[in-house]
Amino acid sequence: MPEYKVETQNFNLFYGDFQALKDINFHAEPNTITAFIGPSGCGKSTLLRVFNRMNDLIDGVKVTGKAFIDNMEVNDRSIRVDELRKQVGMVFQKPNPFPKSIFENVAFGLRVNGISDRHFIEERVVESIRKAALWDEVKDKLKKSAMELSGGQQQRLCIARTLAVEPSLILMDEPASALDPISTGKIEDLIFELKKSYTIIIVTHNMQQAGRVSDYTAFFYLGALIEWDKTIKIFTNPTNIQTQHYVTGKFG
Amino acid sequence: MKPGKRLSQFIVFNLFGLISYLIVVILFIILGFIFIRGFSVISWSFLSAMPAEGMTGGGILPAIIGTGCLVVGSILFAFPVGVLSGIYMNEYLKENWFKKFIRMMTNNLAGIPSIVFGLFGMALFVNQLKFGDSILAGSLTLGLMVLPVIIRTTEESLKAVDTSLREGSYALGASKLYTIRRVVLPIAFPNIITGLILSVSRVSGETAPILFTVAAYFLPKLPSGIFDQVMALPYHLYVLTTSGTNIEESRPMAYGTALVLIVIVLIVNMIANAIRRSYRKKLKLR
Repeated sequence: MPEYKVETQNFNLFYGDFQALKDINFHAEPNTITAFIGPSGCGKSTLLRVFNRMNDLIDGVKVTGKAFIDNMEVNDRSIRVDELRKQVGMVFQKPNPFPKSIFENVAFGLRVNGISDRHFIEERVVESIRKAALWDEVKDKLKKSAMELSGGQQQRLCIARTLAVEPSLILMDEPASALDPISTGKIEDLIFELKKSYTIIIVTHNMQQAGRVSDYTAFFYLGALIEWDKTIKIFTNPTNIQTQHYVTGKFG
Repeated sequence: MKPGKRLSQFIVFNLFGLISYLIVVILFIILGFIFIRGFSVISWSFLSAMPAEGMTGGGILPAIIGTGCLVVGSILFAFPVGVLSGIYMNEYLKENWFKKFIRMMTNNLAGIPSIVFGLFGMALFVNQLKFGDSILAGSLTLGLMVLPVIIRTTEESLKAVDTSLREGSYALGASKLYTIRRVVLPIAFPNIITGLILSVSRVSGETAPILFTVAAYFLPKLPSGIFDQVMALPYHLYVLTTSGTNIEESRPMAYGTALVLIVIVLIVNMIANAIRRSYRKKLKLR
């Protein structure tokens, strides 16, 4: 197993003339949770989207430097972006289930992979929904539309959908920001549980959330990685004065 | 709220309301008028017989069949072409001068008077390509006419699909084509159907584009192939009211024809609406 699950070296990203990420040097070890924090527009979501190359969808994005997943450079010519995205799951800010049945939502990623063995798909779907702590709530209505679920259930369904493809790294872009406190609690418990088998990077605006779930916290400001350390250190004894101001709520 | 303001609000609201009701009333007057004048002629033989006695008697079967052929023919051509263009425009073409140019041309195409399409169809399909006056030439002409409607509604329906759903699909490793086929198109489909309904209504009602490309003045037999001429309801209606052998005597037939045309368009609309609604329900949208 490579030492680092995720790594960037002198990574820069430009939207046209605007530099959104400035010389980022970061890495995350396997089976850890890293929280990206920082004010809006600081580049944390942009960096998250580097790892599954979602920035490819935006015109005029240029990158320099290197980003690795399992020592494999993500922007390398030999990398097929669809293969990369199967290894790197993503959960979005707003729950985005497809307007299909609960079952088909979770099976989607498997069908994308060309799997058609019904028995296998069924097993994997059930297993993924269980892992996402949603089974008891949906086991009797797998054929019902995912749009009938509550926001929190939809988000856990989206996590189940991601797990079904068996990624090794999961990116979460403010996964609980659109949810009520109880649903948020469930998602956080789930994230903690998932750490056993996955490496997780989570972008969040919620300091308490970062403090509760993450092992490491990285603070971004104006496109730069200002400070990055064990979560306990960032929240109790940050080195940088900007970090201190941000985590204590003086700005942001 | 000041009394003056309340009064002006009252007046404006009621004025708007009145105008909306007026539109419905006008529609019902037109429908009622055609229905009352036309209903007495409607009978099984009117629907199933050939025209006879210099079009003062008999039925309108060939015109019904002809319009049916033209609707099917033009949609067979325009729907795939239009939907594929719409997909290309919205999903593949980047926002640049070329796309703006195509969109401008599409809008211009929609603004061209239908008689111009008729002349163009005659020059290209009937004469140049030697299709003659035929279902093929007429269908292609009508198809060209409704193409912009289908392209634009397809484009708009695709644009309305939430980006987060596309991203969700890409994030699971789906290709662009897979995402379009399995996520975007099923969601956009009910709205694309709206474009189809509008097109069917227009195709079945237009006279000018078929005037020089397919429509027969009097042809008491059914078409046997796509190179045959046919009668069509709107043109038949025109003939009965302006240039029949005996306009006074064929007047009731004209109202009957108008009623059949309207009912066909209504039925098509209702079927398409039912398809759209059941599809929306299946997706649980709205």
